[in-house]
Order: sequence, then structure tokens, then C-alpha cells
Amino acid sequence: MDEAQGYVLLTALALPLVAAGVLLFVPGTQKMAARYFSAVIGAILLGLSVYVFLAYQASGEPLQMQLQWAWIENVGFLGENGISLHLGVDGISALLTLLTGVVAFAGTLIAWKLEYRAKDFFILFWILISGVYGTFFALDLFFFFFFYELAVVPLYMLIGIWGSTRKEYGAMKLTLMLVGGSVGIWIGIFAVVHEAGLGTFDLPTLWEAGQNGLISAGTQKLIFPFFVVGCGVLAGLWPLHTWSPDGHMSAPTSVSMVHAGVLMKLGAFGIIRLGIQLLPEGAEFWMPALLVLGTIGALYGAIAALTQRDFKLISGYSSVSHMGYVLIGLATLHVVGVSGAALQMFSHGVMTALVFLLIGSLYDQAHTRDLSDFGGIAKVMPLWVIAYVVAGLANVGLPGLSGFTAEFHIFVGTFKTYPVFGGLAILAAAIAAAYMLRMFGVVFFGPLNPRWRELKDLSPLETVSAVLLILSMLAMGLWWSPFTDRLANTVTNLPGVTG
Amino acid sequence: MRDFTLFIPEFIAVASAVAILGTELIWPKIRKDYLAYATAAGALAWLIATIPYIGDTAGDFEGLLLTDDFTTYFRILAAGIVMAISLLSAHYMRDRTSTAGEYYGLLLVAGTGMVLMAASRELLTAYISLELLSFSLYILVGFLKRDRLSNEASLKYILLGAFSSAMLLYGISLIYGVTGTTSYEGIAEALAAREGGTDAATVVGIMLIIAGVGFKVSAAPFHMWAPDAYQGAPLPITAFLSTASKAAGFALILRLFTGALVVDAVEWRAAIAALAAITMTAGNLLAIQQTNLKRLVAYSSIGQVGYMLVAIAAIGYGDAATAEHASSALLLHIAGYTVSTLALFAALTAHYNRTGDDTIRGLRGLAATQPFLALVITASLFSFAGLPFFAGFTTKLLLFQASTTDGLLWLVGLGAANSFVSLYYYLMVMRQMYLFDPPEGHTRFRPTPLLGALAGLLLLGVVFIGVYPQPVFEATDAAASALFEVSASVLAYAP
Repeated sequence: MDEAQGYVLLTALALPLVAAGVLLFVPGTQKMAARYFSAVIGAILLGLSVYVFLAYQASGEPLQMQLQWAWIENVGFLGENGISLHLGVDGISALLTLLTGVVAFAGTLIAWKLEYRAKDFFILFWILISGVYGTFFALDLFFFFFFYELAVVPLYMLIGIWGSTRKEYGAMKLTLMLVGGSVGIWIGIFAVVHEAGLGTFDLPTLWEAGQNGLISAGTQKLIFPFFVVGCGVLAGLWPLHTWSPDGHMSAPTSVSMVHAGVLMKLGAFGIIRLGIQLLPEGAEFWMPALLVLGTIGALYGAIAALTQRDFKLISGYSSVSHMGYVLIGLATLHVVGVSGAALQMFSHGVMTALVFLLIGSLYDQAHTRDLSDFGGIAKVMPLWVIAYVVAGLANVGLPGLSGFTAEFHIFVGTFKTYPVFGGLAILAAAIAAAYMLRMFGVVFFGPLNPRWRELKDLSPLETVSAVLLILSMLAMGLWWSPFTDRLANTVTNLPGVTG
Repeated sequence: MRDFTLFIPEFIAVASAVAILGTELIWPKIRKDYLAYATAAGALAWLIATIPYIGDTAGDFEGLLLTDDFTTYFRILAAGIVMAISLLSAHYMRDRTSTAGEYYGLLLVAGTGMVLMAASRELLTAYISLELLSFSLYILVGFLKRDRLSNEASLKYILLGAFSSAMLLYGISLIYGVTGTTSYEGIAEALAAREGGTDAATVVGIMLIIAGVGFKVSAAPFHMWAPDAYQGAPLPITAFLSTASKAAGFALILRLFTGALVVDAVEWRAAIAALAAITMTAGNLLAIQQTNLKRLVAYSSIGQVGYMLVAIAAIGYGDAATAEHASSALLLHIAGYTVSTLALFAALTAHYNRTGDDTIRGLRGLAATQPFLALVITASLFSFAGLPFFAGFTTKLLLFQASTTDGLLWLVGLGAANSFVSLYYYLMVMRQMYLFDPPEGHTRFRPTPLLGALAGLLLLGVVFIGVYPQPVFEATDAAASALFEVSASVLAYAP
């Protein structure tokens, strides 16, 4: 059973790549074919992701659905299982798999209206999605890094070709910062694999080495910052977040959705996989520093969002703030806090994907994203406003929506370990309420600017995507035990995590 | 008993060279691309003749040359490169010269020089093999007689090449003076038997040898000739320079350093590590400001040499196992680099044959006019940068991982940082192809079937090595263990 389920993971990983390969041979003029094909692929992936999430046994071993294929072994310095295609999920990656399925499908539907080089867009989009799945599934350091890079690389072209405001600058800055960060991961990999001296990149084996002292405490403390800086860039860790507002501002809608929704989570996920699990002693040593940075990020992002006038910049900075919560949650090394971090990854993923969807829908018609240009939009775009209000309230942490569940866990975890920082985190949430409410007031209500009388409400495809995302938010907000149960066993078994 | 059967593949290569020269002599009006196909056929025969030697017992020729798996590996590489380059040249040379017999003949001779460099176990034999390759290259670089850049390139290359040969010879003579022998094993024995530590003459000799071979593989600060030679040379020869000449240089370095000089590793390892650091950094930083594609490739290949030198430094810093693993990974990286470079040049040649433009801006809008070539160029550049799915990702990662020793983590880290720098200028090339529309008047075109097929085949190779390197890695592992079988006795002397 376990191995058969492993093939589900392999399918989810390979299907987008196959799709990209197939699209390569579709003529560029056949736009509808590319769209329908991609929508079908997206739907299948959503189905597979839901399956992976539901089939994950909350009471079982942390690592499930494992599949291991020998890949490169017994050559050079590599020993038995040197590099193997080792796939599997734990509670955290099962949750993030679900997130990927939801956001990728929504993103596919949103990309429908793209006219310019539509086929090329989908090729790159599917490569990116494959990289995301691969990173979540990989239980081999080589393939983890392989897919991690694979998820980052297509962004340059996705933003550079299909982006908007200052797209070349945004694309170059984002790519260089993210790849620059992965240099840190690279160096960390060299050091860890060398120090363990086992001739293998297999993650569970290396995790064991990290826990039984084969990787010395000194090395762990030395290498941990490399991993955290490398993954932290992608996670929007302050002060390495500066690509995020620029990148999001330039990116096309569906790329923003996937990027803020899923890709930034790869960074935080990397901190769990490579930081907490691989280098427990390093994590214990450095986590207070990460806590400080995460708190600064949460506050800084919220305050910066308060002062911005561009929709996308507000969301970009709010993402920095929310990813700050994730880092705070991880840094507590407390069961509740770390679970909260995982929940927040999901919650922020669907919420921010919805926000970017809505901003894209507005921008495509209005060609401006300046708050002060708008007013009274609720009169012409009721559905749009309702969806935005739901997303905004989830952002603020209203009970009944996913944001509450996640942030509540994080705050509880933080108060149990570092009460002062718990207070600061709540302050950041209060500021978030301020910028959200400001936006509601300025844009949605008040007198309608006659310029916007012609704006159309959400299209059917956009509505479907928005409903899908809102349902995910409601699910986690109202009935969170399927989520928290799946996390519990994994998080308790993380090395160094106390409860 | 001199066993000439050890060199049947090289006899085939040289005989093909002579046959091609003779053919043009007798039949001057022969279509020049036929000569290219004949060369490719000769190289194929050479490759096939190599097959029986795979895994065969090592054959010793008078203590001068050794045909073991290491040599065999470079035979396959040399024959493959010559075959690809001759096919690349077919249309390019037909359009530009009226006599091409020497060109194709010298390609085969240069390839033979490369194999002999890998096989040499004695300093003077190694030197003569090196010169066989170099002299062929001097002529090939300047082959476009009426092209001023080509002439300039050849002259610079000859002058600096002669200078470096002089240094190499000086180093060789110093080592001979100290040890009384030129055979690698003899040198190792003599160095180990000395009493009272290392003398200045040995150190100077080794440094001169490093400088000499550093010139040949264009390691900074001995790289000055490379950009000019690359830019002026006919495009296929630029490809040959950046593959065969570098691979041959490293074949020689590997034999020499693992077989003889490893005994004195303490004396040279810091120098090699510094050379690697300077080379990769200088190559990548200088590449950023280039506007000409060939110069860009020149500097980027200098950067690649820096990565390769990391493995040589690891041989000096690590124990015997590390040295063998690093050598094996280096050979793998050379294979990945070679295939990527050839793929790049197959696409560039197809583009150049069409437009005659070798600037980076000349690639503007290629994704619209020829998406396949744009894809191949992207894949090979990404391979150089070390991005997944392409050879460079896997081979570079394995190279650096195998070279990681306690004393060298900084260098490996610098290498990773450098590949990040390199991504910037590769993206600048990609930007031209994908982000801009083609200039007025540029319409969609098809590459010739030959170049298209070659580029496609090489692209498959790049992806294959990137995704599933196990078969190639096993071959390089065999080559490396052959190398260390010979030097096992030598390593016993190592401190």
C-alpha cells in the first residue's frame, strides 16, 4: 500500500513535467488546446493532492507513502543509495501538497485569459509546479535541491515575459536573489554530506546523522545559518525580503498566486527539512536569532503595508509580514508554535493567492493599482468585493477563517516560550487589521468614481477559482482537526521540538 | 618488445588525416563538406576501434605511454569531439575557404595529440604530445587567412603559447635536475627519497610546470590569450579550443599530479587552490561585461576551468580516497561540460551561418525566429550555470561534493558563489532571445538538418547526463581507478 501510494507522489511530480513536454510540441497558435489541456492537468493534480492529503494517516508513522528508486550509487564517493529518488510525505508536506494542488489549479484557470504566447506560459508554469511538488516530496538532499532550483528558475521568464510594472528589473532582482540564496544551501549541502561521511544524500539517513552526533555540534552551528539564509530568501525572511514587493509587483497574476501562495512556503519548508530536521543542534542554537528576525519581519511588513498605495505592494509587504509569523512559529521549537507555522503556510497560501487573483482581475480592467484612484467599487463589483473582504478578514485573523486557526496556534506557541515576542506578534496582527480596514474604506465604499462605472465583476472562471480558495480557508477555519491531527505526529517527532 | 597494437585507434585517426589531406591534393575541387563527412567517418572508425580497449588490461609502451581506462576515456572523448566539430564545420568552412583538407586533417591530428597527452607517463613525451595539440591549434585558429581577427588570434596564441612552452620546459628541466629522471614514477620515487625536506629548485620547477599547463588550460592569470583566440578563431575551432584543448590539459595534469607530484603535495596544493580561486572569479567577473558571444564563452570557460582546478586542489589536500573520488568527479564534469559546450556551439553555428552575427545582441528575438536553437542555447547556458535538468547541475554538484575536504570548504563555497555570478550573464543572453522581439526583417528560419540533428542529439546528451549520470559516472570511475592503480605505488610515498 505504502509503495503504491508512493507512485501517486511520483505521478504528481512527473505529470506537470510530462505536460510541459507535451505542450512543447503543440503549435503556438493552438491556444485553446493549451488551455484546456492545462486545465485538465490542473484538475488531475488537484485530485491527486487531495488524495495525498486525505490518505495521509494521522496516526501512522510521520513519513508515509515512501518510494525509493536507486538513482546513482556505488560510484565515486557515493555509496549504497548514494543518490536515490526517494519520495515520501510527512504531515507538513501533505498539507503543503494540498495547498499546491489548490493554488496550481486556481492559477491555471486564471491564466486562461492570457493571450500572449499562452502555450509558452503553461510550459514554464508546469515546470515550476513540478519543482514545487518535487521539493515537498523529496527525501533525498540531491533531489530536494534539484527541485528547489527547478521551482525558482522558470520565474525569470514567467515574470520577464508576461509581467507588468518594471518587469525586467523585478524578474532579474528576484532570480538573482533567490539563486544567490541557494548558494548558501549549496555550501551547506557540501559541508553536511562531507561531515556525515556516509557517501549518501538520503535525507532520513542524514537526519539520523544529525541527531546521533555524526555531524558535530560545531558544524551544525556553523552550517545552520547557510541553510537559513538560503531558504530564508525565498521565505521572505527580513532583511532578505526585498525581492518580494518588486517581484510581486511585476509578476503576472497567476505567477503571483503561485509564487506568494506556494513558492515562498518552499523556503520555510526548507528551514524545517534542512534546518530543524538535519541540524537540530544548530537549530536550537540559532532559533532565538530567527525569532527576532521573524518578529521584525512581521512588524516591518505590516507597517510597510500600512503606508503603501499600490494593491500589489500592500500584498507583497503583507506576505513578508505573514511569512514572519511562519518563522516566529518555527523559531519557538514548540509543538503548538511549529504546527501553527505549518497551518499559517497553508492559510497564507490560499489567502494570498485569492488576493492576487482579485488584484489581477481589477488591474486587467482598470490598468492601475493605486488605492486612491478607486472608491465605491462595491457598487459595480459586488462579488469581487465580497471575495476581497473574506481574504482580508482571513488576513486579519477573524475566527472562522483559516488565518485565525493558524495565528492562534502561533501566538499560543510563542507565549509559551517567548512571551514578549508573542505580544509583538499580536501587535503586528493589529497593524494588519489597520491596513486592511483602511483599504476597505478607501476602495470599496464611499462615492463611486464615475471612471469605474464600466468595471465588470468576476468572470465565471475567476469565480470558480475564488470559491475554491475561499472554501479552503473556511475548511481550515471551521473544522481544523483534519489539519492539526495530520500535523501533530510529525511535529512532535521533529528533533528538538518540545511540547 | 614494442607493442604497437596499443595504438591502433590513433593509427586510424592519423591515417584518416593523411587520407583527407591526400584526397584534396588529388581532387582539389571536391566539395568541402564531403571532407567534413569523411573526417566524421574517420573519427567514428577511431571511436569504434577504441571499444575493444574498454576495460582491457593496461598496456605499457616502453614506460612512456600507457593505455589504460583513463586513456580510453580520453580516446572516446577525443574521437567524439572531433566527430562533432567536423560536422559543425561542414557548412561553415565550405562557405569560407577553398581548401579545407589541412583543416580537417589537423583536427584529427589534434585529437590524437589529446589522447597522447592522456597516455603520457613521462615528462618529455607529455610535452611533445602537448605541442602536437598546440601546433595543430595554432594553425586551426588562424585558418581563415583573409580574416584579420583570425590572423591576430593565431599570432597572439602562438606567441603566448611559445612563452608558456618555454616555462613548462624550464620547469621540466629543473625537476629533471633534481630527480635525475623524467618518468613520473621515477620522479615520485626520487622526491620521496630526498633527505632534508624540499629544496627550492623543486618548488620553482613545480611552479613553472603549473604556470605552463595553466597557460594551456587558460587558468587566470595565464588566460590572456584565450578571449582573443576564441574571438578570432573560426567558430567550430572556438568550440574545439574550449573542449578538446581544456580536456587534454586536464588529462595531462591529472596524470602528472597524481602520478608524480602528489608526493610533494604540500608544496603545490595552496598554489593550485589559489589558482582555482583566481581563475573562477576572474573568468566570471570578466564575462559580465562582454558584448561578443565568443568572448563571453571564452571567459565563461575560464570560470569552468576554475571549478575543475578545485578537484586538482582536492587531490593535494585530501587522502588517497578523496583524490580518486575528486578525479572521477572531475572526469564526469569534463564530460558534462564538453557535451554542453558542443551543444551550445552547434546552435550558435546554425545561428551564425544564417546571420553572420556573433554579438550577444545578435541573438535578439531568436526564440521567435528559431525556438529550437534558442532552447538548445538556453539549455547549454543553464548547464554551465548549474541549473537542474542539465548536465552542469549534477556534474558540478558532484565535482564540488567530491572535492570537499576539511581544508577546502572555502574554495568550494567560492565555486558555488561563482556559479551564481555566472547565472547573471547567462540570463543576459537569454534575455535577448526571449524577452525581445526579433529585429525588422528577421523571419522564421530552419537550421540545416545536419546542425539541427546534431544540436538535438547533444541536447539529449546534456539532459541525460544531468538527469541520469550513472552510466557516465561509472565510466569515469573506471578511468579514475585506473589512474590510481598506476599511482598506488606513488601514493605510498605521499605523507
